[in-house]
Amino acid sequence: MPSSTPFWWVAAIATAFVVVGLVSAHHMESAGHWVTGMNNRVVWGVPHVFAVFLIVSASGALNAASIASVFGRETYKPLSRLSALMAITLLAGGLTVLVLDLGRPDRLIVAMTHYNFRSIFAWNIFLYTGFIALVVVYLWMMFEPRMNRFVGRVGTTAFAWRLILTTGTGSIFAFLAAREAFDSAVLAPMFIAMSLSFGTALTLIFSALIFSIRGDGLPTALMLNLRRLLGYFVVAVAFFVMVDHLTRLYGAEHHSMERFILLEGGIYPMLFWIGQILLGTILPVVMLLQRRCNTLAPTLVAASLVLVGAFCQLYVLIIGGQAFPIDIVPGFSETSGFFDGVIAEYQPSLAEFGLGMGGVGLALLTYLIGTRVLAFLPTTGFDSGPSS
Amino acid sequence: MSCKPMKKDESVPLAQHRRTFFTQAAAGVSLMALAPGVRLVELAMANSEDSLPSNDKRWGLLVDTAKCESGCDECVSACNSEHGLSGHGRPETDAQWIRKVDLKDEQTGHELSIPILCQHCEDPPCVDVCPTGASFRRADGIVLVDKHICIGCRYCMMACPFQARSFIHEDLTGQKTHSPRGKGIVESCTLCVHRIDEDQEPACVEACREAGHDALVFGDLEDAAGPLASLSRKTATRELRPDLKLNTGVRYTSF
Ligand code: SF4
Ligand code: SF4
Repeated sequence: MPSSTPFWWVAAIATAFVVVGLVSAHHMESAGHWVTGMNNRVVWGVPHVFAVFLIVSASGALNAASIASVFGRETYKPLSRLSALMAITLLAGGLTVLVLDLGRPDRLIVAMTHYNFRSIFAWNIFLYTGFIALVVVYLWMMFEPRMNRFVGRVGTTAFAWRLILTTGTGSIFAFLAAREAFDSAVLAPMFIAMSLSFGTALTLIFSALIFSIRGDGLPTALMLNLRRLLGYFVVAVAFFVMVDHLTRLYGAEHHSMERFILLEGGIYPMLFWIGQILLGTILPVVMLLQRRCNTLAPTLVAASLVLVGAFCQLYVLIIGGQAFPIDIVPGFSETSGFFDGVIAEYQPSLAEFGLGMGGVGLALLTYLIGTRVLAFLPTTGFDSGPSS
Repeated sequence: MSCKPMKKDESVPLAQHRRTFFTQAAAGVSLMALAPGVRLVELAMANSEDSLPSNDKRWGLLVDTAKCESGCDECVSACNSEHGLSGHGRPETDAQWIRKVDLKDEQTGHELSIPILCQHCEDPPCVDVCPTGASFRRADGIVLVDKHICIGCRYCMMACPFQARSFIHEDLTGQKTHSPRGKGIVESCTLCVHRIDEDQEPACVEACREAGHDALVFGDLEDAAGPLASLSRKTATRELRPDLKLNTGVRYTSF
């Protein structure tokens, strides 16, 4: 029987993050959002970077389960249940951040009872709750021997659903025709690639953690498969990022925005080139595709770098996209006392990072509890089982 | 870290628990996912047509940029005092419903100054994206926020092409009864709907005239004999960002 001390340590750290998240949210709500870096120009800040990161990763985290039950690959079966659990907890973490960052989180019930069906945001509420419902059913079918025969079908539905879900999340931005940074057809496929990449990186980290807590190692074949997949996914994201920038650079219309993001925008080009491209793409790809680094430790370092890159990418996309001024009267330069025509300021506050980390902590904590509750149950559940 | 395969735990007595847990959870979450659908049916059955105001009017504003003076902000001050927008000395987070913007033609160097406010779009992106339906367009063309159902998600602010909306970032003081506001929700120009409903013109229009500029003309865009429609017939007018095809209720002339 492995010692449970590491479990409690990780759980304590995750709980601490949750507490920090709750304190931050309370601070932001009681004082009002002026204590954050967000303002009337940059209306979505670091909490949205975290929320989008978690939501997008949730869909990618289901990968291992999909590969096992949709594509029938045996190697991934040990992870099917874990990956389904992870998809739920990551999504719950992301949605919690999103809700706690609302101006009126107390009106959550309003959001659940008033729908504007023209809003992609409202559709996303269905996509998210539907996804959670589907994955719970999926888990149930994996656990219930009598239902095992449906696993493939439900798995396929969940697979399709998560592609739509990620497209839906990407569309939240892609529908903003007035904002140059988001007005791009590449955004939807890019979000799908991002979900696969971020989700796989998190799968590697979370499962290595849980397997090591249990005193066992992540099966080598599985680790090798995941690291190879991760390498491909990171390249896929880089491809879409490149296409996105090249298409914008093609027409003169977007040149000044491209100059801002890629060269002159201060923090944004820095995060793009150093964070997203160097640390988040080149370095991990080299590490993941090199046979010499194919042990667990370098794989986990590469996966963590992918996550650093993910954060930078979403920061540049979401916040950089708002910082760049909207051209209200094309052909004219604009100045006003309300920051027209100038780059919007945004200095993220600690509370925003606290709230975001709270979401990550919540995802990790509920994941740990899930594995523990089910580990008490017969057959060690997640790491094997009839469906698997 | 070793790579040996995980072992199976052979005990069975709690199997039932695990299954029941997932069965119940699956049922619970499915219900949650279905509930909104039930609401949809409810909405579809509601007889909402009867309660809508008539749409034979469309209120709008015409800005004569030739008369609008650079440096003058009478309209802005009038709006602030009409709606109690006092501010906290933090321009980035303080509410602003109307602002003066100085423009300079990048080719010719021609300069002008215009007020920018909610354009009361006929196809408003803010209304399209609002998840709860808090952003809505009255039948007479005025775009408003229902302060009771806005959740403060700020998606409308992301969608508005004119940066016309403000989020209330902190506690409010000096509220006016005719213009209720609230921390944590979004607001924008109401076209002084409380005055319009009492057959008065918006505060900014009145202030501009009293200051002797008369650069703002308020009226019904549908009323062919009214000041707005007849003026628009005589001179070329333009809307901001015509490429977005929003058919705005606020139009500009002389530029
Ligand atoms: S100007 Fe902005 S806030 Fe006003 S109706 Fe149009 S999109 Fe909505
Ligand atoms: S902030 Fe309020 S009005 Fe704006 S989109 Fe969200 S719920 Fe609608």
